[in-house]
Amino acid sequence: MTDTAIQPSAFEAHHAHDHHHDADHKPGFFARWFMSTNHKDIGTLYLIFAICAGIIGGAISGLMRAELMHPGIQYLQGWAAHLHGGEASLDESLHLWNVMVTAHGLIMVFFMVMPAMIGGFGNWFVPIMIGAPDMAFPRMNNISFWLLIPAFTLLLASPFFGGAGNGWTLYAPLSTYGEPGPSTDMAILSLHLAGASSILGAINFITTIFNMRAPGMTLHKMPLFVWSVLVTAFLLLLALPVLAAAITMLLTDRNFGTTFYDPAGGGDPILYQHLFWFFGHPEVYIMILPGFGIVSQIISTFSRKPVFGYLGMAYAMVAIGVVGFVVWAHHMFTTGLSVNTKMYFTAATMVIAVPTGIKIFSWIATMWGGSLTFRTPMVWAIGFIFMFTVGGVTGVVLANGGVDDYMQDTYYVVAHFHYVLSLGAVFSLFAGFYYWFPKMSGKMLNEVLGHLHFWVFFVGVNVLFFPMHFLGLQGMPRRYPDYPDGFAHWNTVATVGYMIMAAGMAIFFVNVIISLIAGRKAGDNPWGEGATTLEWTLSSPPPYHQFETLPVIDDDQHH
Amino acid sequence: MRIAFKGLALAASLALAGLMPAAAQAPAKQEAPVAAAAAAPAANAAAPAATAAKPASPELAMDGAPAMTVKPMLGQPTDGLMTIQPQVTANGRRAHSFHDHILLPLITAISLFVLALLIWVVIRYRRAANLVPSKTSHNTAIEIVWTLVPVLILVAVAVPSIGLLNAQYKPAPANAVTLKAIGNQWYWSYQYPDNGGIEITANLLKEKDQVAAGERYRTDADGPRLLATDNRIVLPVGVPIRLITTANDVIHSWAVPAFWIKLDAVPGRLNETSFTIEKPGLYFGQCSELCGARHGYMPIAVEAVPPAEFAAWVKAKGGSMPGEAKPAAAAPAAAAAPAAAPAANAAAPTNTAEAAPANAATAEAATGR
Repeated sequence: MTDTAIQPSAFEAHHAHDHHHDADHKPGFFARWFMSTNHKDIGTLYLIFAICAGIIGGAISGLMRAELMHPGIQYLQGWAAHLHGGEASLDESLHLWNVMVTAHGLIMVFFMVMPAMIGGFGNWFVPIMIGAPDMAFPRMNNISFWLLIPAFTLLLASPFFGGAGNGWTLYAPLSTYGEPGPSTDMAILSLHLAGASSILGAINFITTIFNMRAPGMTLHKMPLFVWSVLVTAFLLLLALPVLAAAITMLLTDRNFGTTFYDPAGGGDPILYQHLFWFFGHPEVYIMILPGFGIVSQIISTFSRKPVFGYLGMAYAMVAIGVVGFVVWAHHMFTTGLSVNTKMYFTAATMVIAVPTGIKIFSWIATMWGGSLTFRTPMVWAIGFIFMFTVGGVTGVVLANGGVDDYMQDTYYVVAHFHYVLSLGAVFSLFAGFYYWFPKMSGKMLNEVLGHLHFWVFFVGVNVLFFPMHFLGLQGMPRRYPDYPDGFAHWNTVATVGYMIMAAGMAIFFVNVIISLIAGRKAGDNPWGEGATTLEWTLSSPPPYHQFETLPVIDDDQHH
Repeated sequence: MRIAFKGLALAASLALAGLMPAAAQAPAKQEAPVAAAAAAPAANAAAPAATAAKPASPELAMDGAPAMTVKPMLGQPTDGLMTIQPQVTANGRRAHSFHDHILLPLITAISLFVLALLIWVVIRYRRAANLVPSKTSHNTAIEIVWTLVPVLILVAVAVPSIGLLNAQYKPAPANAVTLKAIGNQWYWSYQYPDNGGIEITANLLKEKDQVAAGERYRTDADGPRLLATDNRIVLPVGVPIRLITTANDVIHSWAVPAFWIKLDAVPGRLNETSFTIEKPGLYFGQCSELCGARHGYMPIAVEAVPPAEFAAWVKAKGGSMPGEAKPAAAAPAAAAAPAAAPAANAAAPTNTAEAAPANAATAEAATGR
């Protein structure tokens, strides 16, 4: 790969009349936010969008935890009556439960974690970290974001047309002849749009990273966050078309009489599961890899040390990405796979623990010998390492095909993926938010409130999700609005955990609002000499167009 | 033939209903609202007839099955526990031990090890204790160690794991009792194709305040709330069971935690597995694949009894043990059995399932029926 020195003037054409004295010239409000071509503005839009979606998805989980606090159906029928504007039958209320389960999953995956990680932090910091003035295709960047709006609208509107209650996996035949009405079609189209958005974004990131690095910024000198986004972009590019194909066939099965997934016409419901999980498993790495990148930057910054084993860290992510494509059927261990298939997928899945272990140990080795300061981003990053480890090791348990005859579709699985996502991906999101908020806004976040947020949230999510392991071990199945009394105790505990977690979130929002209004002004580099990546060489917030003169990366400069 | 038998059974139950309203009418009524969407299962209607043949006893299950009450902590979840349910099959015990003695200690140790390292670096290398950071960023030896050690650990885990898979896929022997579980929205129907084609439909037993007056509701003798069914499946202890699953509408999953069994019931496929129950008792499970609104309301209740009692139950149901002369009364049922068509809802997907068994059952698992 050659390093192409970009002429800054090429990116300044639209306000050439300003010459290049006024890099901070901003267009008017509407042009700036609705016709944006600026990677930082689009990144901000993505972050605001993700926060809104996170509030909605989190509120839905709050409703679910309220219903699950005690055995029996307490609120569901009332909510369903509310939604239907009158009486609701028991089946309608139970369907509403499935709609909530589906909406929570889809919103958190496609409209919270992905937009925040890749669209938000990726857009903001990938160009800056490689010393580029903007993304390679600024207008495509804009359409990537704006495709999410109709996608999210379709999904949010679907409950008012009956609701899609298939789970986020949309398994056929429940999603084909199992559920008439327009709602499931709306959910499918929503995924199509979100997928198109992500594919365009992925193309943009790959092109930007390969072609627009500043002179001297070789691939092996790129910050690990950029590496993580590069690997993620390839996963998106390869996985999302498969999802698009799978759900397009769902659409035609639903509406045009095809029978891709209908055994009555020679189709196969299990084919859908293979296609879905061929996308779905890389998807979980799409959600966590940028988090790995964020945590690497933060651990290095607050340890005042370069990342330990940089190459190993970068290629561990590549290995996770590659192996992530060949383990999908471990989501399907109870569907009637042959013993050889199950053995292969058991072994292949365990392999992923190796590069993941390399990352965990390398983060600890980065801290080892360092000079650690525990600013808010750092405590979130350390929390991430431990919580991701806990989520990862239960993944090793679930990797065993023989064990899944018990664990499959129980709360043990729910606990596992919430530990890697709600405590993994979300911790890395908060770490990144606290780390980069001063750079993005020019204001410091309150440290006391930040630490308080961390501890309350940390206790909350652990009280919320750890008991789910016990529920799973006792055999409680997923996606149940009501459960036998033998599951009552830990469900009550989990709901208490949710309340604690919600209190933590309140602290977060108070912190953001207070800091935006009256926060201390942030300097160019608020984190000290450990922060060596290019964003800290710019002002806070950075000028509207940065690097009009490209930075040159020295040979001895650290990542 | 089939329809005639159904009509006969229905007529018999209706006649009985007049004689002993409480016992006979209840199950039929319970059936009606739940199964309204599907065709009314025929097998159920036959149940009261069997009951009538024996002296009415409050101990006796409604379908004439031997009476058995719930044992605490066996075959059902227990509130507040943090462990796996006690296992009553050989593979279940093996897998349970694999989890409890290998996996759980291993993951606990790894988590605590990472936690200890984190606590150590946080204390030892905090700014106040270590003002000048080292510049070390490579150490090939340690990187090789932390790559190879996990590989070795995983290989050590893989050996028993692969062994467990092998054991789970051991096909059932020829003398196994075959149970075919068919998932429907939202109840399970069962067939015993080797026992004269007994057919059972198992619906959730609702609570007292959820049923109309006169309808059967759940009592503690039936089992815990949301787990008890109107008809239990009866299986013999100590005899291998061949479980075959399929579904009539959407995907369901037949699961009984105490057996370490969870097998998806997929329309158009026949999945097969086997297990041997070691202990008499009542074992409960729940549908484990999202199947629509009442996904949480189609439980599985298995009553495991000594083989002699099982044979008696089969007889009471009008079936027969393999190699045994078929009772005259059950002749119509037996004649219909070889086709093994599901009782009432022989919808298109099921026909496909019957037509293409080889596709579904895997090479190792398929032994044919």
